[in-house]
Amino acid sequence: MKTVPKHVLVAGGGVAGMEAAGALAEMGYRVTLVEKGDDPGGHLLQWHALFPDRRPADEVRSYLRKRAGHHNINIITRTTVEKVRHHPGGVRVTLSGGTEEEADAVIVATGFDLFDAHRKEEYGYGIYDNVITSVDLEAMFNRGRLEKADGTVPSRIGLIHCVGSRDEKVNNNHCSKVCCVTAVKQAIEVRQMLPSCEVFCFYMDMRMYGPYYEELYRESQEVHNVNFIRGKVSEASVNINNRLVIKVEDTLAGRPLKMELDIMVLMVGMEMAESGAKLAEASGFRQGINSFLESGDHHYGNNLSGIKGVFYAGTCTAPMNITDTISHARAAVAETVRYLKA
Amino acid sequence: MKPEGKKRIWAEYQKEIPDDHFFYVRSCIRQTFFAGSEQYFLKILREDLGKDVYEDPRHTTCTGIGYHGDVVPFETIQTVVARHFALATEAGYRHIAISCVTSFGIYSEILETWKHFPETLERTREDLYKATGRTFEVPETISHTSDIIYKFREEIARKAKYNLVDAATGKPLKVVEHIGCHYSKMFPKYGVGGAEFPHVLVGMVESWGGDIIDYPERRHCCGFGFRQYLVQANRGYSLFASRKKFESMEPYRPDMIIANCPGCTMFMDRWQYTIKEIDGITYGAEGHGIPVLTYEEVAGLVLGYDPWELGLQYHNVQSLPLLRKMGIKADPERRFLDRDGSRLPEPANLIDG
Repeated sequence: MKTVPKHVLVAGGGVAGMEAAGALAEMGYRVTLVEKGDDPGGHLLQWHALFPDRRPADEVRSYLRKRAGHHNINIITRTTVEKVRHHPGGVRVTLSGGTEEEADAVIVATGFDLFDAHRKEEYGYGIYDNVITSVDLEAMFNRGRLEKADGTVPSRIGLIHCVGSRDEKVNNNHCSKVCCVTAVKQAIEVRQMLPSCEVFCFYMDMRMYGPYYEELYRESQEVHNVNFIRGKVSEASVNINNRLVIKVEDTLAGRPLKMELDIMVLMVGMEMAESGAKLAEASGFRQGINSFLESGDHHYGNNLSGIKGVFYAGTCTAPMNITDTISHARAAVAETVRYLKA
Repeated sequence: MKPEGKKRIWAEYQKEIPDDHFFYVRSCIRQTFFAGSEQYFLKILREDLGKDVYEDPRHTTCTGIGYHGDVVPFETIQTVVARHFALATEAGYRHIAISCVTSFGIYSEILETWKHFPETLERTREDLYKATGRTFEVPETISHTSDIIYKFREEIARKAKYNLVDAATGKPLKVVEHIGCHYSKMFPKYGVGGAEFPHVLVGMVESWGGDIIDYPERRHCCGFGFRQYLVQANRGYSLFASRKKFESMEPYRPDMIIANCPGCTMFMDRWQYTIKEIDGITYGAEGHGIPVLTYEEVAGLVLGYDPWELGLQYHNVQSLPLLRKMGIKADPERRFLDRDGSRLPEPANLIDG
């Protein structure tokens, strides 16, 4: 006799959600993938190329689209998961608009929000014409044109690390992990696109933790002549020529530095997604001091929520890169299957 | 520059500024530095705007200069400020209007301390009662007096006799605004517009027809910094900080500087004299200095008050070129005449005098 496949609802259609949904569908489970945006894909939709090898982001997008295109997956877009609660028969899920779904298990993959650069008021994002974020720069790469707001070509660009990360002033003590290597990748891309443009990275520490990251960092200096200055930018303003003027302390040289830039790129970090935080509050999930979801055990229970039938996948638990996000999603699937088979 | 970006920040830093019934606390130094400013604050509030402003002659210094000079302990200054609150309580006032930015910073710091450490409030109540027998209510609001002029800037604009425009060309005057560090850099939420892009003086200037200059060293301290100035050996730091600002604003050829702090107004004015004496340099257009005015003086000019009654002649940088540009007729010969017509001592080495 054929049994009815068990139903898993995945909250969030980013990298973790798509991978988890695809893996479960492949194993024969019925999956509902709930995405708040118009299409699944998450933040990856905005990216042009990926570190450390600068492969086109579209290659990973295509892989994930194929994963999420499995016939066992029902994708619901423009919808958020508002609340989940375990009951003896499974997990009841409340969606935005009040509709309810029954599932045998839920994977929470609500991801992260990018830090809102407006909050670092001293950098003048949204005020000065040529202050942009790393996401805005990626959009320029997508358009194939790197230019100032007035359409002219920049001759000096500064990339500011740790914007919204490791910063008590905005209540984010955590490191977002991927901004350093993103800055190195983007610095190289700028140098390749505009060989005459000087590029400066202003950093606190270079946290090149992943495979081939350190090599990329070396390449950026040895091959592409990217300049690295250890110091945090304190403020930005514009001069009479509408050129940005930044103040920074060069902590290796031990002296203050003032520099003019044509474009200042803010490497915005990751924060717990607002939608995830609301879901956590409504459902009784614990959040850590960094606001991300706190798992059952940091070492061997990283996908466990503490609520039966509910599991965590990806950057809703902590900042991580795509490689780690996919691995984390697969681990969440393993925990889910173990639970469903128990 | 995107004006909507600044408006976004300004919207986040709006504070409650009461409409009426203020308990006014004066500054120790403003009446000496800018003789007419406090007087004209009261005149504008009471006579032009019809507001109730109460003063108590028993009000004293807040001891802020001693506090920042490390000779007055925090417990003492809390008790002194609590006594001011007691005077306001006794008179039935709940809204404090503070003339000095240093005092405003002190009041902000004390209220925040009491909020986060309620035991310090109780201790202060006890100290004040033991010392004076007085009790007090924590005020509902504290406003710097520039906040209050900001609140009524449109009313002032409606009564304007002059605007901040070049009378000959109709073009807006170019104005540098400078807030005191203790106005909002310690507690951005207490300042209109916050600390990075404060709106308190920008709002006045724009309402009265001027254009604001956003120059690279806009946020830089004027250099007063108590220990920089009070310790004579450190005065070079103070001078250098102001000079850095002047050099940064010079390319914009500003018509004037408007400031809301006694120290800033004083030092940016006096250091122009010092720099001229040492190096022969001035920073305004056509070899002029840049007049540094208080917001009450600017409001007074807009309302058509006599510049010499406002006390503009007691700045080192004289405002005659500015007055001519605004179309204000003011006889320079009357600057140093007393009310009975007798001649007052005339300061030496005035800039643009």
